[in-house]
Amino acid sequence: MASDCLATFPRRRNATVSTIDWTRLAPPEARRLRELGFDEGVEVQVLHRATLGGGPIACRIGRMTVALRRAVAASIHVAPIAG
Amino acid sequence: MTQAAPLVALVGNPNAGKSALFNALTGARQKVGNYPGVTVERHSGRIALEDGRPVELVDLPGAYSLDPSSPDERVTRDVVTGRSSFERVPDAMVVVVDAANLDNHLRFALQLIALGRPVVVALNMVDLAERDGLVLDPAVLARELGVPVVPTVAVRKRGLDDLRHQLTAALGAAPPPAPVQDQPDEPLSTLQRRARAIAKAAIVSETPARRWAHWLDAVALHPVVGPLLLVSLLFVMFQAVFTWATVPADMIDAGFKALEGWIASHAPDGFLRSLVTDGLIAGVGAVIVFLPQILILFLFILVLESSGYMVRAAFLMDRLMATVGLSGRAFIPLLSSFACAVPGIMATRTIEDEKDRLTTILIAPLMTCSARWPVYTLIIGAMIPNTPVLPFVRLQGLVMFGLLIIGIAGAYVAALVLRRTVTKGASSGFMMEMPKYQWPRIQDIAIGLWSRALIFLKRAGTIIAATTVVLWLLLSFPKPPEGSGISPVDYSIAGRIGRGIEVVVKPIGFNRDIALALLPAMAAREVAVSAIGTVYAIDNTDGAAGQEALSDRLRGRWSLPTALAFLMWFVFAPQCISTIAVTRRETNGWKWPLFMVGYLFAAAYIMAGITYWLAVAVGL
Repeated sequence: MASDCLATFPRRRNATVSTIDWTRLAPPEARRLRELGFDEGVEVQVLHRATLGGGPIACRIGRMTVALRRAVAASIHVAPIAG
Repeated sequence: MTQAAPLVALVGNPNAGKSALFNALTGARQKVGNYPGVTVERHSGRIALEDGRPVELVDLPGAYSLDPSSPDERVTRDVVTGRSSFERVPDAMVVVVDAANLDNHLRFALQLIALGRPVVVALNMVDLAERDGLVLDPAVLARELGVPVVPTVAVRKRGLDDLRHQLTAALGAAPPPAPVQDQPDEPLSTLQRRARAIAKAAIVSETPARRWAHWLDAVALHPVVGPLLLVSLLFVMFQAVFTWATVPADMIDAGFKALEGWIASHAPDGFLRSLVTDGLIAGVGAVIVFLPQILILFLFILVLESSGYMVRAAFLMDRLMATVGLSGRAFIPLLSSFACAVPGIMATRTIEDEKDRLTTILIAPLMTCSARWPVYTLIIGAMIPNTPVLPFVRLQGLVMFGLLIIGIAGAYVAALVLRRTVTKGASSGFMMEMPKYQWPRIQDIAIGLWSRALIFLKRAGTIIAATTVVLWLLLSFPKPPEGSGISPVDYSIAGRIGRGIEVVVKPIGFNRDIALALLPAMAAREVAVSAIGTVYAIDNTDGAAGQEALSDRLRGRWSLPTALAFLMWFVFAPQCISTIAVTRRETNGWKWPLFMVGYLFAAAYIMAGITYWLAVAVGL
């Protein structure tokens, strides 16, 4: 399954969260991620990547902009939305 | 005792505009206190209901849910569920939600409504939502939530009367506060789905989010332009602190000199006059002169914070902070620590990870706080020639900048070592909501600056005034026997204590004057300046005290290696009672403040020693 994850997904393209590897995340991280609205089926968009080489990413979820580290973003699998 | 005014809690997510609503409702009639044990600030104020009944309004820290992950979220959870031992059970809650971020904020609102206490929902920032192309129907929202919903624009004071009206009704109908209920155990994901469904129902029309914020972020978060912008902002900030402050600082200085002169010409010469002018006014004045600089620094920090930029700065800094095992979040308290470590350490309470937070607290005193400037300014001004080094760069400024950088480098190394030893643990994450950009509100900034100014003046009026007076007394008594030729300072109690300290600090090049200044400087670093001044004033009673005279005396009595060692000492030494006290409160015990004091003194001693020996070796 060559699904994309949020860490590598191209910027400014709409996507839906297909699955989240909750088990790969530390429990407080998983909870905070839920609290910020991350869930299967939610629409997201990668907006920015900080400094070249492993900095955090900023993505839009709902009407919020959220900063995540790439390790966390790597456990969020997404599928592109056409258009 | 049931006659106390009803308690209304203001609750909501971070970035819901809760504090702006609180400021709009209470204006300047607010009190800032602390929740014991956790140093979470407690903001409260009185407002009048429609029928004139007074109500106490308390602004609880922002939280994402009733499942706390930081000390301030715990306070919020404890208060609303009636578990807090410091706060009454609120008689009603105003739940603040951001109109533009409903699906997220409604989840917490649903949890709060489920607690069964009277609730009014403030649908805040409706203007921003509308500008954003989002039209909502409050009536639908009220029907779905089962509680009154009032659209508000806190910053424009819109909807406040309506909010008061609904609150009056809610409190009128309220039964006495229900006994403590257990929080409902609905899983987050179910709540989230319900919140999304309700938000969807309440949305009348929606167009994509505005462009300009995207454009701003495209610049601010750009991999190359973003960091350059951040560095420029910091440069302008520090530049402003030193240039804008000169005029008001000179005015304050002139004011104190005038006061001193007035007392000198109106009071009879003697012990008491000397205590008031040489001790109290000179000592406190030497510190209050720095009020403009501190306020300018806080002005920048408050503007950066309220505009929404600070979180972007944290985003940019995260990569760098990660190399020492911290996260971008630590950048915000560390930046505040350049003004003062006390609010900086208090700002660490937003850091969720305990080890991360502890490391940040332990390195915060290494940021060059404003209390060091009086010391640096005096010593550099007296001992370092102001020769041009490069175009626009002079030696004095370069040394000042160098001390700042040494502090940052020291903090970097300390964090690196601490995270691998005493605060070892899994690297913490960085997950943060980026607030919308907005124009900082002058009223909110003014309130913030005002409270900082009060804290500073209170400190100058109490700790610093008391230390100065005590030192003055210890330096004045006992008087040496008439005609003995012994210096009054050497013969005094303080002089004898100073000789004891001198034994310890002599190897790193410190003289008697420094030894005498170190002890009172434990209260606050800037006291070192007034302490040295007092020593010379008492030692040499015919000379006039004052900056010029003081720096002339320093030149005569200190060698350059001693001065450099003294500067290096102040980069590291934890000479500040307030910082130690706030660390004790924040870490709930003496273990960490003692550790902090120990490692910083050791670093100060070693670094000052190295500086002294190197300076002597190269023949300075």
